[in-house]
Parts: sequence; structure tokens; C-alpha cells
Amino acid sequence: MEPAAIIETINITKKYGSQTAVRDLSFQVEEGEVFSFLGPNGAGKTTTILMLLGLTTPSSGAATVCGLDPVRNSRDVKRLVGYLPENMGFYSDLTPLQGLDYIAELNGIPADVRSERIRRSLETVGLTEQIRKKVGAFSRGMRQRLGIAEVLIKEPRLMILDEPTLGLDPEGAAQLIELIRSLNKERRMTVLISSHDLTQVQKISHRVGIMLKGSMIAAGSMASLAKESLGIEDGRFSLEDIYMKYFKEV
Amino acid sequence: MTGLCAIFRKELSDHFSSYRFVILFALIAMVSFITSYMAGMQLSDNLEALSKTRFPYLMLFSTPGAVFSMVQFVAFFGPLIGLVLGFDSINRERAHGTLIKIVSQPIFRDAVINGKFLAGVVTILVMLVAIVMVITGFGLSIVGIVPTFEEIWRIAVYLIMSVFYISLWLGVSILFSIAFRSIATSALASVALWIFLSFFVTLGAEAVADSIAPIEKQDVQAETIMRNVRIKEGLSLLSPMVLYSEATTTIIDPMRKTTGTMLFMTPLEQILSSRFQNPLSLSQSLIVVFPHVTALIALTLICFAVSYILFMLQEIRS
Repeated sequence: MEPAAIIETINITKKYGSQTAVRDLSFQVEEGEVFSFLGPNGAGKTTTILMLLGLTTPSSGAATVCGLDPVRNSRDVKRLVGYLPENMGFYSDLTPLQGLDYIAELNGIPADVRSERIRRSLETVGLTEQIRKKVGAFSRGMRQRLGIAEVLIKEPRLMILDEPTLGLDPEGAAQLIELIRSLNKERRMTVLISSHDLTQVQKISHRVGIMLKGSMIAAGSMASLAKESLGIEDGRFSLEDIYMKYFKEV
Repeated sequence: MTGLCAIFRKELSDHFSSYRFVILFALIAMVSFITSYMAGMQLSDNLEALSKTRFPYLMLFSTPGAVFSMVQFVAFFGPLIGLVLGFDSINRERAHGTLIKIVSQPIFRDAVINGKFLAGVVTILVMLVAIVMVITGFGLSIVGIVPTFEEIWRIAVYLIMSVFYISLWLGVSILFSIAFRSIATSALASVALWIFLSFFVTLGAEAVADSIAPIEKQDVQAETIMRNVRIKEGLSLLSPMVLYSEATTTIIDPMRKTTGTMLFMTPLEQILSSRFQNPLSLSQSLIVVFPHVTALIALTLICFAVSYILFMLQEIRS
């Protein structure tokens, strides 16, 4: 059976005044895969993500997320898609539990199942022990995991993670990547990651897309990109080499 | 609706548990305590001589106790409540990265701004009702004033007008918190606008009136004075504070029959008005201040509408 595309964009373009942030972008993410968005700062990754969620409208082109149009049904899309923004903040005056409860309430999760869902998502990210601490005392790694717990509360079909490993120490980054891998494996959750952390991303990605100046210059499985750019066929490549190779070409 | 309810509840609990609310409320409660106490003391002295007094309960609010009356106090410093509750409502969340988190939940985006505005309005309402209750209690226990139905209605109208007046400033500060990224800028901008509209507009109106229709000492004609006053009054109505205080003083004092400060009367009219000093009914008072009230409510709604549109159009990025 052909896997269904959970994200599909057709020539989406976003212009800010005379500047084009995303230009004629067409790509697909299939159900159950981990797709990584790579590219330098300002390549248009975050803008693309915002368009997928309906938080900003494309200047032209169309996108489909979970079979829905994010421009018209932004609320339904956001019900199915969990988004972890870059540098997400937390309400410092709330305890993690209160913060999670607020997010659950915003998602319209009935009060009687809320505490159970919160407990489960905290368990998944491994934060049950630290829950009595204030968020202000959390390390960066713990905050990111709490962010993922907030995403998991709505039991999404698709997770979009914008720079999840940014500013984490190597161990914290590895733990987070391991968490994402297990979510993908055990729950068959589709994950779209935008990241600069190529070594970590290589561990979990099924396919990658490389963006530059608003366009996707390459997309495909890592093996096929390695073959295409470096001519390596035995699978012994690093994503970093592929990435750098594409940038030298442009 | 779920989103609106959740945000409303969160914002309301934030307001009530914040230090700034506690400080603000303590300050206002203290001032209203003192003002109404002084007013009550003065009233009980003055009223002893009279056999029949009209509307003593309302006089608790309109009698200047120490420096100003309760009504004047709200007119001067009420806006500060609105400003303090709203000046960082959007840009703080934006700076802390929580706004993007909230709007990426399955809610309509306007739930954020509606919830914040409503929570602010309810906070204002709770504050004002509490203060009016305190003053009523003072009146009952110290002076022995029992409000009549007519007076309760008038106070209710006064409360509604005050809520709109303070909500106007809440709307202004929310508008600035959307327009400016920096919290300090939005705070300063809203305070600057408040000072300008409340204090400088009346001064400016005077200066403009004097330059357009100067009153010379040698020959004072009724027409020039009229013209001068008309210009002055018309221009000072640009200030919400003037709008509000003219409207509320007329509502609180049934003996006032006009919002104008200057009247030209023929001798016969003067005799008539001094002979027949009857209060206006509430509906008549309302008709007198109807333009003021409409303008005040319209200003509040316009201010909210502008911030609503601005917020809906703005892009939210982390």
C-alpha cells in the first residue's frame, strides 16, 4: 500500500513586501515518517511551518495537512498537529502541571480525562519526578521535554518540531532525539523536524529536505541524496557531508 | 468557545493573583476609604441642620472630602487601573514565547484578545463594585444613610459608565501592547496618551478659545464670552476624562440639569430656577448625558476594534 501523504504542498509562496521568504515550494511528508527540514537561518523553514499550521497565509499556492486546508480549517489542523516552536516559553508563575492543564483546556480536553492525559504525557517524556519544581528551575533539556509533553497532550497525528535540540548539551540532545525516535516507532507518529543539528537528525530521519533561500534544493532519503551528491552507495556517509556538498554546488 | 473560556479564566486568575492588582486595589481602596470617610463626616455635620435632605447617599460620592470626591477620583485615576491591567498583555506573552504556543492550539485567534479584554473588564467591574459597596457600608454605619431605589439605580448607571470609561483605557493599553514589541514603550505610550488627553486637552482648549475669541477687559460682550466658552467646552470634550466627569456628575447629582458650566438666564428664569428646585428623574438625567455616554461607549468599542483588527492581521512568530 502506498503511504498516504500527511503534508502536501503545491507551489506555496510567501512574500513579505518585496522579499520572498518561500518560493514555489512543493514537497510531501508521508504518514509515519520522520522528515527533516535542513537549511541555514532565514531559508524559510519556520515560515513554511507557520503556513502549514495556518498561522500565516501563503501568498500563493496551496497546502494540505491531514487532508485539510490550513488556510480555511486552521483550527482543525491545529487540533491534529502538535507544534513545538523554536524558543518556546512557559508561564513562569505556573507549575508544570498547571501549564499542562491550561494547554489541555485550550484543546478542549474534558476535565475528567485531563489529569490522566497529563500523567501519561509526562511519563512519556520522563518528567514525572521533577514535576514539583517550578518551570523556572528547569534546565533547557527539561523545558524542551516539557514542551513535547504539551504537544503530546492533544495526541497529535503529526508533530512539527522547530529546532528542538537548539542549545541543548550533547547528552540532552541525544535523549531528546531518542524520545522522538521512540514516539515515531511506537506510536507511528509522523514527525517534521527543522534543525541544524545534522548528526542528531541523521539518526532518526527517513527523508530530508534541504532548503536554501526559500526553495527546496534537494529532497529525498539520505541514501539517495548521498548517492546523488557524493556518489556513495554503501551507506557510509554523514549527513553533514551531503549538506555541505549541496551548498558548494549552489 | 472553549478557547475563550480557558483564556478568560487564566487571565482572570492571573489578574487576581498578581502583585500589581493587589497594590492597585490596596491603593484605590485606601483612597476611597479616606475620601468617603471624610465626605461622610462632613455630610453628617452639614445635614444635621436640615430637616429634609435629598439624595444624601449620592452625596457620599459627590462631596469632596479631603481633596476630591470619589467621582473625581475615579475620573482622574481610574484610567490608571485600565492602563496597569493591560499595558503588557500581548507583548509580554510575545517576548516570553508563550503567545505562539497559545495560538498554535486549536482555538480561534480572536479568543486570545477577547479573553484578555473580557478578563480585564471583569477585574475592573469587581474593583469598582467592591469600592462602591465599601462606601455604601460607610454611609450606613457612620452617617446612617440608607440608599433609596432611585439612588441605587443612579449608582448602577454610574458603575456602568465607569466600567466603560476604565475599559476604554484598558483597550488603549492593549492596543499599545499589540503595536509595540517592547513592554516599556507600550507602558510609556499609554501613560503619555492618558496624561495628554486628561490634562493637556483641557489646558489646550482654554488656550485655543482665548486665541480665537479673546475676552477683553474693556468691553465684555455676552457674545464673545459665549463664543469663548463654547469653543472651550467643545474642545475639552475631546478628552475622555471630561466626557466621563460631565456625564457622571450629572447622573450622581439629580439637581444638575445640564452638563454645561455656564448658563445665561434672564432674570425671570433665575427666579424660576431658584423657586422650583426639583431634581430631575433618572430618565431625564440620562437624556441630558446621552451624547456623552454614547461617545464614551463608542470610543471604548472603537479602541477595542482597532486592537482586534491589528492583532488579527499581525504575524506571530517565535
